[in-house]
Amino acid sequence: MMIVYALYGVAALVVLAPIAIAFGPSPRATSVVYGTSLMITLTLGVIALLCLFGYSDPSTVTLPLGLPWLGAHFRIDALAAFFLVVVNLGGASASLFALGYGRHEDSPQRVLPFYPAYLAAMNLVVMADDAFSFLVSWEFMSLTSWALVISHHQVAENLRAGYVYLLMASFGTLALLLSFGLLVGDDGNYAFDAIRASHPSAALAALVLVLAIVGAGSKAGVVPLHAWLPLAHPAAPSHVSALMSGVMTKVAVYGLVRIVFDLLGPPDWWWSMAVLAVGGITAVMGVLYALMQHDLKRLLAYHTVENIGIIYIGLGLALAFKAGGMPLAAALALTAGLFHVFNHSVFKSLLFFGAGAVLNATGERDMEHLGGLIHRMPQTAFVFLVGCVAISALPPLNGFVSEWLTFQAILLSPQLPAWGLKFLVPAVGALLALSAALAAACFVKAFGVSFLGRARTPAAANAQETDSNSLAAMYFLAALCLVAGILPGFFIDALAPVTKSLVGVSMPHQIGVEWLSIVPIAESRSSYNGLLVFIFVVLSGSIAAFAIHRLASDKLRRAPAWDCGYPDPSTSTQYTASSFAQPIRRVYGATVFRAREIGEMPPPGSMAPARLTVDLHDLIWDAAYAPIAGFIGYAADRLNVLQFLTIRNYLSLVFAALVILLLVLAIWP
Amino acid sequence: MALIRDFALQGAQMLLVLLLSPLLTGFVRKVKARLLRRQGPPLLQPYRDLIRLMRKDVVLAESASWLFRVIPYIIVAGTWVAASLVPTFGSGLLFSWSADLIAIIALLGSARFFLALAGLDVGTSFGGIGSSREVMIASLAEPAMLMIVFTLALVAGSTQLSTMAAYMGSGEEGLRVSLGLALLALIIVAVAENARIPVDNPATHLELTMVHEAMVLEYSGRHLALIDLTSELKLLLYVSVIGCLFAPWGIAGPDASPRAIAIGLAVYVAKLAIGGFLLAVFETAIAKMRVFRVPAFLGAALMLGLLATLLLFVSRSL
Amino acid sequence: MRGITFDIAHMLAGSLVLVSFMQLYQDRLYALLNTFALHAFILAASVAWQAFIQDAPHLYLTAMIALVFKAIIIPVALHRIIVKLGIHREIETVVGVGPAMLLGMGLVALSMVVMLRVTAEADPLAREDLAFALSVVLLGLLMMVTRRNAVSQVIGFMSLENGLVLAATGAKGMPLVVEISIAFSVLIAFIVIGIFLFRIRERFDTVDVQALDRFRGERR
Repeated sequence: MMIVYALYGVAALVVLAPIAIAFGPSPRATSVVYGTSLMITLTLGVIALLCLFGYSDPSTVTLPLGLPWLGAHFRIDALAAFFLVVVNLGGASASLFALGYGRHEDSPQRVLPFYPAYLAAMNLVVMADDAFSFLVSWEFMSLTSWALVISHHQVAENLRAGYVYLLMASFGTLALLLSFGLLVGDDGNYAFDAIRASHPSAALAALVLVLAIVGAGSKAGVVPLHAWLPLAHPAAPSHVSALMSGVMTKVAVYGLVRIVFDLLGPPDWWWSMAVLAVGGITAVMGVLYALMQHDLKRLLAYHTVENIGIIYIGLGLALAFKAGGMPLAAALALTAGLFHVFNHSVFKSLLFFGAGAVLNATGERDMEHLGGLIHRMPQTAFVFLVGCVAISALPPLNGFVSEWLTFQAILLSPQLPAWGLKFLVPAVGALLALSAALAAACFVKAFGVSFLGRARTPAAANAQETDSNSLAAMYFLAALCLVAGILPGFFIDALAPVTKSLVGVSMPHQIGVEWLSIVPIAESRSSYNGLLVFIFVVLSGSIAAFAIHRLASDKLRRAPAWDCGYPDPSTSTQYTASSFAQPIRRVYGATVFRAREIGEMPPPGSMAPARLTVDLHDLIWDAAYAPIAGFIGYAADRLNVLQFLTIRNYLSLVFAALVILLLVLAIWP
Repeated sequence: MALIRDFALQGAQMLLVLLLSPLLTGFVRKVKARLLRRQGPPLLQPYRDLIRLMRKDVVLAESASWLFRVIPYIIVAGTWVAASLVPTFGSGLLFSWSADLIAIIALLGSARFFLALAGLDVGTSFGGIGSSREVMIASLAEPAMLMIVFTLALVAGSTQLSTMAAYMGSGEEGLRVSLGLALLALIIVAVAENARIPVDNPATHLELTMVHEAMVLEYSGRHLALIDLTSELKLLLYVSVIGCLFAPWGIAGPDASPRAIAIGLAVYVAKLAIGGFLLAVFETAIAKMRVFRVPAFLGAALMLGLLATLLLFVSRSL
Repeated sequence: MRGITFDIAHMLAGSLVLVSFMQLYQDRLYALLNTFALHAFILAASVAWQAFIQDAPHLYLTAMIALVFKAIIIPVALHRIIVKLGIHREIETVVGVGPAMLLGMGLVALSMVVMLRVTAEADPLAREDLAFALSVVLLGLLMMVTRRNAVSQVIGFMSLENGLVLAATGAKGMPLVVEISIAFSVLIAFIVIGIFLFRIRERFDTVDVQALDRFRGERR
C-alpha cells in the first residue's frame, strides 16, 4: 500500500513544478515551494522508513503510463526503501536549508520549477520496477538537474559545465539503455521481475556489467568518467549542489547495485575485480584532485568522487564474497558500502550547505579570498567542522564507522579463492587507507583556509552569520553525523533487510550487543564502540580542563601573534590553499598531475615581483576527453560543408540515403 | 565486585600511562645526553616543565579563535584514551574492546587533524608550514600504519590489541617474513609519528626544519603543557604498541592475580626503558633528513607494509 | 615441516628481498655500496644456513665466496673506484624512488604468481623462497633499468646474481662447478665493467651512461 502513497507524494512534487512557474518571480514562491517540498519529502521519508522496517509488503503498482503494452511498474523493496530514505532525507534537509538560502537567489524562477521536479525524478528512479520507467526517470533526473546546473547562466563557466554535463549524462544513459537492452533479451519483457528470472550467459553478463559500470558510474562520477562532476555540481545553487553530490550520486550507486546485485544473477569473481579496481583508483584520484582545488565547492565536488570510490570498494568486496561463497562477509561488505552511502549523503549535504552559507555571506567560493570566518560565522564554522571531521573518517563520527567496516571486510578477504583478488584486495586496501589519510589533509585545508586564520578580503572580514533555517538544516545533519557515529548498531540493523535481500544473509544483530558496541564477526576478532570512545574523550577532556583550571591556572591574556618574533600584519603572509597543498603536490602531484613549479626571478636590481607559477595537467582529461573533443570538432568542421550545398545536392543525399537503406534491407538475411 | 576490580584496573591503566609518559621522554633525553657525554637534564625534568607551564598565564594571539583554545583539550583527550586502550601491563581490560587497533590509530588521526587546524588558526606562516608538512607526513604514515595493522591482523586473526598480543605471545606463529617487514615499517612510522629524528627534530627551534614545533608555535602556558603531554603520551603509546605486539611477554591476562599484574607492570616498565634506550641510540646515530626526503622514507614503510600484507594474502592460500 | 630451521631460512630469503628494496631506495653511492655489502652478507648467511640444514659442506664454500668477494672485496674496490674517479656521489635516477618501489612491488607480486603457479606441488615455503629469489633477480634488473649511473648498474647486476645464487642453493644442492663458474663470471663482469667505467670516464668525464647515448647520436 505504501507505494501508492509514495506515488501520490511524487505526483504532488511534480504538480508543484507548474505551481512554481505560476508564482513567477514572486518572493513568496520561495517559501511555498521549499516549504511544500520539505513536507512532501518528509512524508516520503517516513513512508520509506516504514517500508524498510517491513511495515508494508513490497507489492508492485502498475500505472497506465509509458509503453502502452507495458505500463509503468513501481515497487518499494528493501533496497529501494533504503535509497528512498537517503533521497528524501537529503531532499528534506536541502528544502529546509533552501527556505533560508533560497531567499538570496537572484532569479528564483529559474530554480524553483525544476527543484521539486528533480526531487520527484530521483524518487521515481528508485521506485521504478521496470527498465523503461527506470530509464525515463533517470533521464528526467538528468534533465532537471541540468536545468538547475545552468540556472546561473550568466556565468560562462556554468554554461560550459552544463554542456559537458549534458553530454556525459546522455552518454551514461545510452550505456544504461544498452545495458538494459542486453538484460531484457529477445522476449522484450522490461519488468524487473522478468529480468531477474532470466539468467544471461557469461559473455552477455560481462557486457552488461561493463555497461552498467560505465552508465551508472558516469552519473556517480567514477574516474575516468568524473570529468563533468566537478564542473556541474558547484555550478548549481548550493542546496542543489548538495542534492547532486549527496543524493544523486547515490541514486547512481543504486542503479549499479540494482543491476549488478539484483538483476544480473549470481556474480562471477572477476566482476568484483572490475568494481574494486575502479573504486580504488577513484578513491585516490578523487581526493588528489580535491587537494589541488582552491574553490571550496569544487573541492567538495571532487571529494564526492573519492567517496564514491570508497562505496565502490565496499560493493566490490561484497561481490567478491558473494561470488566466493562467503555470504556473511558479503553482508558485512555490503553493509559497509551502503552505510557509507548514507553517511556520505549526510555529511556531503552538510558541507555543501556550509559552503552555500559562506557563499551567501561573502559572495566568494574561492578559499584564497576567505579566512577567519570562524569569528564572524561561529555556528556555521562549528557545523562545517563537524562535517569535516565526519568526512575525514575520524572517530567518533559516522564516516569512520563505515570505513572501519570496510577495513574489516578487507581483512576477511584472504580466504577468497580467486588469485587475482589476492593481489588486488591488499592493493585496494592500501589505496583506501591512502585516500582516508589524504581526505583528512584535504579537509584540514578546506576548513583551515576558509574558516581559520585571518580574513583575506573585506568580504570575508564583514561576513554575517547565516539565517536560522539554514542553520537548523545544518545542525540537524551534524547531529545525524554524531548519532550515526556513536550508535552505528541501529543503522547497521536497519540495513539488515537490504543485505538479506541481496546476498541472502545479514550481519549479526547489533542492537543487543553489550554497551551498544558493534561487532561485525566476533568479539575476539574486532569490535568498536563509538559511544564509549565518545564518552571517554569527552570525559577525559573535561577532566583535564577542569583539573587544570582549578588546580593550576586559568588566566589568559591576549597579545599580538608571536610568529617567531616576526609577526606581519599583512594577511597575505598566511598560508593559502595552494601553499598548504604544496608538500602534497610535490609528493604526489609530480606523477599524478605532472605538476611543475616554475619560478621566475627578476634580474638583480629589477623591482619587478618574483613569480611562482604552478603548472598542473589533468592527465585523464588530456588522454581521454581532449582527443574525443578534438575529433568531434574536426568532424563538425568537415561536416560543415553540408550547410552550403545546392538543393540538388541535398536531394541527391536524401536519395542516396534511401537507396542505401533499401539495399541494406535487401541484403539483410 | 569483579566489575569494581575491572574499573579499578582500567582506571589504573589510564593513570599509569599519564604518569609514565613524561618519565619516558625524560629518560630518552637523559640517555641522549649521556651518549653525547653531556650530563643532561634530570629524569624528572618533563614533569617540572609541565607543572611550570600549567601555572603560567596563557598568552593568546589576538587572531586566535575559540577552536584554538579547545584543541589542546581535544587532542590530549584523544591521545590519552588511545594510549589507555593499548595493553600495557595487562590485556583484556574492561574497555579494551571498545576500540580496536584501527580505531586507536584513527583516534590519533583525529588528534592530528585538530592539531593541524590549530596551526592554521592564528594565521601565521609558521603555523601553516608546520600544518602543511604534518599532513603531508601523515598522508603517508597513516596508510603505512594501516597496512601494518592489516598484516598483524591477518596473522593474529583479529584487530583487537588484546587478542593480538595474546596470539603473538603464544608463539604459534614463529618467525615470519611478513612480521619482520611489519616491524620495520612500524618503527619507521613510529619515528615519523612522534616527530623524532630523522623526520623531525623534537629539540629544535630552527623554524624551517621543524614540523611539529612550528605547528604549535603560538601555544603557551597550560595549552602548551597539554600539547607537550600529548606528544609524550604518543611516544609512550607507540612504544607500548611495539612492545605488546613484538615483545608480548609478561602481559597479565584477564582475571590475573595481583602477582601477575605486578610482574606485568615490572616487565612493562622494562620494555619502556629498552624502547626508550634504543630510540635514543638511534636518534643519536643519525642525522635529520631533508623534508622532501621524508616521503621516500615513509613511502618505504608503506611499501613494506603492503609487501607484508601481500605475502600474507598469498601464503594464506598455500 | 614448519620448524625453526625453516623459519630462519625463510626469514633470510625475505630479508634479501627487503635489502633489494633498500637498494632501490638509496640515493647516495656510498650508501648503495653499503647496502649491497649487506645484501651479499645476508646471502652468505642464507647460503651458510642452507649448508647447515642440508648438511652440504660445499655450500659453505659458496657462502665464503659470497662473503669474501661480494660483501668485502667488490664493495671496497668499487668504493675506491668512486673515490679515484671522483664520481658524483648522488645517483641520477630515471624513475623516482617512489615509482621505482611501486614497480618493485608489482614485480614481487608477479614473481609470486609465477612461482606459485609453476611449482604447484612443491613444499609451500620452498615455493615462497623461490618466489623471493625471483623477486631479487627482478629487482636487480629493475635497478639496472632505472638508474643512470654505471656504478649502480653494476650493483644491480650483482644483486641480480645474488638472487640466482639464492635460488640455486635453495634448490637442494647446485654442483660446485656451476657455482664457481658463476662466481668467476661475476668477477670477470666486474673487471669488465670496471674497465668500462674507466673508459667512459676518460672519454666523457662522467659515468652517466646517458653520455654514451649522446655519443651514439641517439639523443640530441
